[in-house]
Amino acid sequence: MLKIDNLHASVEGKEILKGINLEVKAGEVHAIMGPNGSGKSTLASVLAGREEYEIEEGSVTYQGKDLLELAPEERAHAGVFLAFQYPVEIPGVSTTNFLKTAVNQTREARGLKSLDAVSFLKVMKEKMKLVDIDQALLSRALNEGFSGGEKKRNEIFQMAMLEPTLSILDETDSGLDIDALKIVADGVNKLKSPDNATIVVTHYQRLLDYIVPDYVHVLYQGRIVKSGDKSLAHELEDKGYDWIKEEVAAL
Amino acid sequence: MSKDDQILEEFTSKEYEHGWSVDFEADEAPAGINEDIIRFISAKKEEPQWLLDWRLKAFKKWTEMKEPRWPNVKYPDIDYQGVKYYSAPKQDKKPKSLDEVDPELLKTFERLGISLTEQKRLTGVAVDAVIDSVSVATTFKETLSELGIIFCSFSEAVQEHPELVKKYLGSVVPATDNYFAALNSAVFSDGSFCYIPSGVRCPMELSTYFRINAANTGQFERTLIVAEEGSYVSYLEGCTAPQRDENQLHAAVVEIYAAKDAEVKYSTVQNWYPGDKNGKGGIYNFVTKRGICDGDNSKISWTQVETGSAVTWKYPSCILKGDNSQGEFYSVAVTNNYQQADTGTKMIHIGKNTKSRIVSKGISAGKSQNSYRGQVHIMKRAENARNFSQCDSLLMGDKCGAHTFPYIDVENNSAQVEHEATTSKIGEDQIFYCQQRGIDEESAVALIVNGFAKEVMSKLPMEFAVEAQKLLALTLEGSVG
Repeated sequence: MLKIDNLHASVEGKEILKGINLEVKAGEVHAIMGPNGSGKSTLASVLAGREEYEIEEGSVTYQGKDLLELAPEERAHAGVFLAFQYPVEIPGVSTTNFLKTAVNQTREARGLKSLDAVSFLKVMKEKMKLVDIDQALLSRALNEGFSGGEKKRNEIFQMAMLEPTLSILDETDSGLDIDALKIVADGVNKLKSPDNATIVVTHYQRLLDYIVPDYVHVLYQGRIVKSGDKSLAHELEDKGYDWIKEEVAAL
Repeated sequence: MSKDDQILEEFTSKEYEHGWSVDFEADEAPAGINEDIIRFISAKKEEPQWLLDWRLKAFKKWTEMKEPRWPNVKYPDIDYQGVKYYSAPKQDKKPKSLDEVDPELLKTFERLGISLTEQKRLTGVAVDAVIDSVSVATTFKETLSELGIIFCSFSEAVQEHPELVKKYLGSVVPATDNYFAALNSAVFSDGSFCYIPSGVRCPMELSTYFRINAANTGQFERTLIVAEEGSYVSYLEGCTAPQRDENQLHAAVVEIYAAKDAEVKYSTVQNWYPGDKNGKGGIYNFVTKRGICDGDNSKISWTQVETGSAVTWKYPSCILKGDNSQGEFYSVAVTNNYQQADTGTKMIHIGKNTKSRIVSKGISAGKSQNSYRGQVHIMKRAENARNFSQCDSLLMGDKCGAHTFPYIDVENNSAQVEHEATTSKIGEDQIFYCQQRGIDEESAVALIVNGFAKEVMSKLPMEFAVEAQKLLALTLEGSVG
């Protein structure tokens, strides 16, 4: 589904990603871990199409298409979803109104008919149950005055509404207490299918107790320096990142 | 090129959609202003002597006045002698019904999206359409007249209801109130007149469409709304003008009179041609709008969505004379490219327990300058007066400006005056967030801007709100921030 090949990316002349290689197949969950400043969020942003990042080298193929050629909204239409680490506030625009625009523009791009208000609300009701989100929250201005937990839950709700093929969760666990974490993870698990894939970007192993990865990759200084299965995450939890740093230094 | 610049680039490349003009024979006065021109206009309209005298007095005063230079706008000197002050679409005889109206003219309105016939049938909005200087046709007159409501062109009112016109004309905005009001008083060519008798609730929105068509023509319309005791009316005003290289002058006056327990809602969607992306052409819009809450418990509410004009100078105001009277001002002003807007309101509290509320949302993009200028004056006698003002500015890009000039004068200690102001920028983050959800840039801007302006938009009557939303999106098309 996704193939990242020797990806180099920089921001304001500073190289952040220095040759990422990663392949994600349908049905898989990949965790990307690493110390702060290793380039995890940059990778998520580059995949979603943030323009402040310059691609210096390499390629990203998604479902046979050159992902880097697509505008951010085209990537979304193709099924790429990014759950933001810091969801953005849009005053005066309700989540419902926002999502209606998003869902219908995506449908139009895929050659489907727009949903009318009634059908849209019906779909929304179903998905609300899935992530246990309150109607009242969806009528409020998007993310404005939301608590950390509400914002993250809202991200997962949007993910449920947009039914992505490739979901990238950027530090979705940051700022969440354990109950909120469980609810969010539960939502993600329910949305999992053999046809879609998930990339979980996280600093801590904690989230991976609830969203169990098939593969764990350690990102350090802009490269994936180690890959393994979920036991690698536990090892990192026990020993921290220092031993990885030492290994890299020894090379 | 940063994302901001790119977006601004796209933004500025958007052309004005209503830019076309229709050729039909016009009956024009030669360019220039002098007593003879005023006599010519007055004679054309077969006006009574008192009105001609009123005009001439205003003109005399105007020649002694100086153009105001205090607004935060810059424009080259206007050649008042180069402007044509009267241009009527030529018609052989006065139309008795829509069928007799020049089909070219009707087509003009259809292109504006306000087919009179359609509106008549579908929306139940009564429309008085003013093109250049003459009111073309008024719909729904019969339905309204059964209730005793008078809604007609100003010229017609002068002929049919001279006593009402004489009583109220200039009673809220005196002929010599300010430079542009004086000019208007001297040369106004037409406009709308609306009279709601005591106890009558006008069952439909009354609507006027203004359009400037002929080149080098100024438009000076005058609107007078009188709401007698316990009456209610909601009035809509829409404006468009074709695209021209020269700047065109527009100086209108709107007067509203509200008696005891009366309520008047006045909504404007202004979309005059703003000039091209290099700042060439566009309308100079110098408008005086004022309402008086003369009776106790009366209420006047101004709502405006200002997207057009090269220069806007406009302060719809309320004189709160009656006890417990209320004034409201809700405004969205969008400026782009080289547009300049200096707009706001004045709330003059005279009566006891008077209340006013000001919500102003300014959106600046391109190289435009957008100023809010507002005055809240609590006079000595105004016991327990209340005012709440909120002025929010939204900036798109880093070449535009937003300014706020609040003036507060309080002469009574029991007053409560609140003022809140915010300035924000449409963020790349917001746009990217929308895009990541599948919303393209243009729709994202429209969404964010409409969210920002929501509080004001929600005050517009439904049919107008939809148009206004589209206009906002159109004005800011391609932009981001």
